[in-house]
Amino acid sequence: MPNLLDKEVKRGSTEMLILALVEDRPRHGYEIAKLIEERSDGVLQFHPASLYPLLYRMEKRGLIKGAWIEKAGQRRRRFYKLMPEGKKALNEQRQTWSDFFAALDRVAKINPA
Amino acid sequence: MNPNWKQIVREHLAALRLPPEREIEIVEELALHLEAAYEDALAGGLSAAEAEARALRSYDWRLLECELSRAEHPWAARALQPPLELIERKGGIRMESLLQDLRFGARMLLRNPGFTLIAVITLALGIGANTALFSVVNGVLLRPLAYRDPDRLVWLSHKAAKPNQNAAISPPTFVDYRNQCQSFENLTALMYGTAFNLTGDGEPERLQGRRVSANFFDTLGVAPALGRGFLAEEDAPERNRVVVLSHGLWRRRFGADQNIVGRALRLNGQSFTVIGVMPAAFRWQADELWSPLALGPENFTPRSRGSEFLWIVARLKPRVTLQQAQAEVSGIAAQIVRQNPDAYPAGGDFIAQVKSLREEVVGDVRLTLLTLLGAVGFVLLIACANVANLSLARASSRRKEIAVRASLGASRFRLIRQMLTESLLLASLSGLGGLLLAGWGIDLLLTLNPANLPRLQEITVDARALSFLLGLALLAVLLCGLAPALQASKTDLQETLKEGDRGAGAGRQRTRSLLVVSEVAMSLVLLVGAGLMVRSFLRLTQVNPGFAPDHVLTMQVALPASKYPEPPQRRAFFQQALERIRALPGVSSVGAIELLPLGGGARSATFAIEGRQTGPNEAQPHSDIRAIAPGYFQTMKIPLLEGRDFTEQDNADGRNVAMIDETLAQLYWPGGDPIGKRLNLQFADKPVWREIVGVVGRIKHKGLDAEYKGQVFYPLAQGRHLGMCLVARTTTDPLSLVSAARGAIRAVDPEQPIDRVMTMEQVVADKVAQPRLTMLLLGAFAVLALVLAAVGVYGVLSYSVTQRTREIGIRMAIGAGQRDVLKLVVRHGMLLTLLGALLGLTASFALTRLMRTLLFGVSANDPLTFIAVALLLSLVALLAALVPARRATKVDPLTALRHD
Repeated sequence: MPNLLDKEVKRGSTEMLILALVEDRPRHGYEIAKLIEERSDGVLQFHPASLYPLLYRMEKRGLIKGAWIEKAGQRRRRFYKLMPEGKKALNEQRQTWSDFFAALDRVAKINPA
Repeated sequence: MNPNWKQIVREHLAALRLPPEREIEIVEELALHLEAAYEDALAGGLSAAEAEARALRSYDWRLLECELSRAEHPWAARALQPPLELIERKGGIRMESLLQDLRFGARMLLRNPGFTLIAVITLALGIGANTALFSVVNGVLLRPLAYRDPDRLVWLSHKAAKPNQNAAISPPTFVDYRNQCQSFENLTALMYGTAFNLTGDGEPERLQGRRVSANFFDTLGVAPALGRGFLAEEDAPERNRVVVLSHGLWRRRFGADQNIVGRALRLNGQSFTVIGVMPAAFRWQADELWSPLALGPENFTPRSRGSEFLWIVARLKPRVTLQQAQAEVSGIAAQIVRQNPDAYPAGGDFIAQVKSLREEVVGDVRLTLLTLLGAVGFVLLIACANVANLSLARASSRRKEIAVRASLGASRFRLIRQMLTESLLLASLSGLGGLLLAGWGIDLLLTLNPANLPRLQEITVDARALSFLLGLALLAVLLCGLAPALQASKTDLQETLKEGDRGAGAGRQRTRSLLVVSEVAMSLVLLVGAGLMVRSFLRLTQVNPGFAPDHVLTMQVALPASKYPEPPQRRAFFQQALERIRALPGVSSVGAIELLPLGGGARSATFAIEGRQTGPNEAQPHSDIRAIAPGYFQTMKIPLLEGRDFTEQDNADGRNVAMIDETLAQLYWPGGDPIGKRLNLQFADKPVWREIVGVVGRIKHKGLDAEYKGQVFYPLAQGRHLGMCLVARTTTDPLSLVSAARGAIRAVDPEQPIDRVMTMEQVVADKVAQPRLTMLLLGAFAVLALVLAAVGVYGVLSYSVTQRTREIGIRMAIGAGQRDVLKLVVRHGMLLTLLGALLGLTASFALTRLMRTLLFGVSANDPLTFIAVALLLSLVALLAALVPARRATKVDPLTALRHD
């Protein structure tokens, strides 16, 4: 069922995107949503209605960890940072995706770069 | 002032009942997100209101609630999941899921080809038969007649003693109605169908035509497609040599010649000018041409009042009702009766009646058609019950699949929808099959040309029939699909997953039994109906018509008056023709009669008996009157009871003689001797007294189911007849002599056409064609119903045997013999059958009364039929029960106990 595959791919890739965005430094939810939208030139859009629940689930699985941080002159926000479990998952997913793209490229001449 | 984002979020999440500390965190985080989006929008130059709207729009609260609940308490996810369609509304997935259902349904049907095939065939038969019959009802009863404002057209006739029989109207009476009636816009008179002999180029041919008033086409509101209609001045003797052709004749005989108008045709030996051709859609009975009525002075003599040969079609003025017209006509008729006591003796049952033209055209087939439609409706219901039963059985074996899907979160609605989608697929296939079957059925019906069904050419599968078919298919979806779907979706998950395939809810078994009981009941009703028709038909064919129809060839010859103006010429023609036919090898005797018994048409008249006076309030003696040629009684094997037969000496030069039949003899000379008595048949102004020389056996003339009516015969040689039916008794197959007989007549006059060449057995068969067709169709439906009901009984029992394998095994293990097991299963089946039969008998008792007038010689509640049919049904059900019962006896106790 193409519909189901689509769903799985989307969910898997979303998780990877979030993990990648919090890899170098902790970020809050709004920032994550903005970054995904900006860096994909609007191709990928994140619905807040799915973003936060996804963040909570990833947190529960120990991939990321959220913490309320107050910065000077700003309101306190909840920042999410990458956990070792998350790092592992990110690497695995990167590998899977790059294998997948390589395969796609070999078969259908798609260059993801 | 900024909106209170926290408040907004909190309100939306209230239903989730999150732990307070968790709720505070989530509300704060989501509110921050909204606020950030709001501020970004403000920074982008939007107004406060626009910014707020945009921020809020980015939130899908329903989705959020659902996703959050999954994230926060996974165990409750399914309970809180919104019904599927709410999510599916996003992005048009709804259509996608319907396609999914269809794909899945198709897979399920393909996985079970046996079930699918049986279900589709069963439903297609039901739908097809219904559509075919509905098309007939539609074409004959429902569709308006193809004339302008057909609802305003009425038929005016004089009612005869028996209901539903018309008596014709005399020309003076017609003129009275035309001059006095204010209810009608137009009144037009027409004669009974007349034969026209077409000669000249090509094969001579006898065409059915009609003489009609000049305003006939105007009254019906249809103009000729080519040329013109009749002018008023053409409706007079000697000026009426013009003719309008039917579209069919124009195409068939004249190759659709566009220049036909103005051409001269030889009809009945006279030259007629074609003035018009009617459009293709115009039909009046089986007429092929029309010519003006042209009533002359001879139709308006003092005696003409009793000479009744016209029918009247009239068009009501706008806003005049049938009742008003009837009241007016009745008043005028009463006046006519008062003014003409000679023609309408007091005490006679003379009634003028106005009825809608449609009623006259459709006549008495209405009840037959509606009975058949009802019967075929029953067949469809039985078919649906059967398919529902099959689906229920299948749903039982799919319980596990359904339980798994339910546990994966499919809602009850979703499961029902899936199962209804499957029935929809089934019904669509069956509808297509039904359409094919209906087309074939109608073709078959048209080829059979049943019983002179009126408006037969108008029967097609039109839009109305198609919507009827669609409706039936949808009904079938609901009937076949809903019960199983509701049952299946009620599945108790835990129960099913635990128990495996074994258990079936008692409720489901009850539904299945109920379906079978109603199937049996309905098929019993059909069988009783068919049984009554069969008995009635047998009674009808056992009626002695008074003659022996076997080995008799008949043909009709109508001489044109222009070529045979004098009676001696006519007599000479018939004498020569009969002599030539008698000389043919294989012919043992010949004769002729003006109108064949059971052949349609009638001539009857009042007559006087010498020496008897009719009292002032007494009806004049009345009888059928026929001219015959000597040899007729011998040829038809009508027994001579008293006196002598006509001979060649009973001719124009001899004494005027007559013969009568037993009915008339008993009516007017009860216990006495009619031989030697004299009759005046009153067809001349001066009385012609005829001496009765012989009495023959009684003869059915009008129909096998009609009363015997008295008959008076006189010699052809003492009359002036143009049209006669020749009869020849043969020693071989009568049809083998057709061409020889035609040749014999051509030898006398090569231009003389011959019509209705058929055996006397065919004449009789045509007369009973309608009851025979009703019997055959009803019988076919009943047999179909019986088979379906038997399949139903078989299906339920064999399913129940499978279900009870374990129980049967245990019974056998503790000592039950094969006989006991057999009895167990058969008793179950017979119980269902008896219940159904009882219900069916009760229903039949009420329903068959509706078909009372279709029956002859058998009561609508004929006990013999009821009992015989109930026995037949029980026998068939017993056979259907024995098959699964025997299988039950083969159960191996050891295997059964291990059976899961």
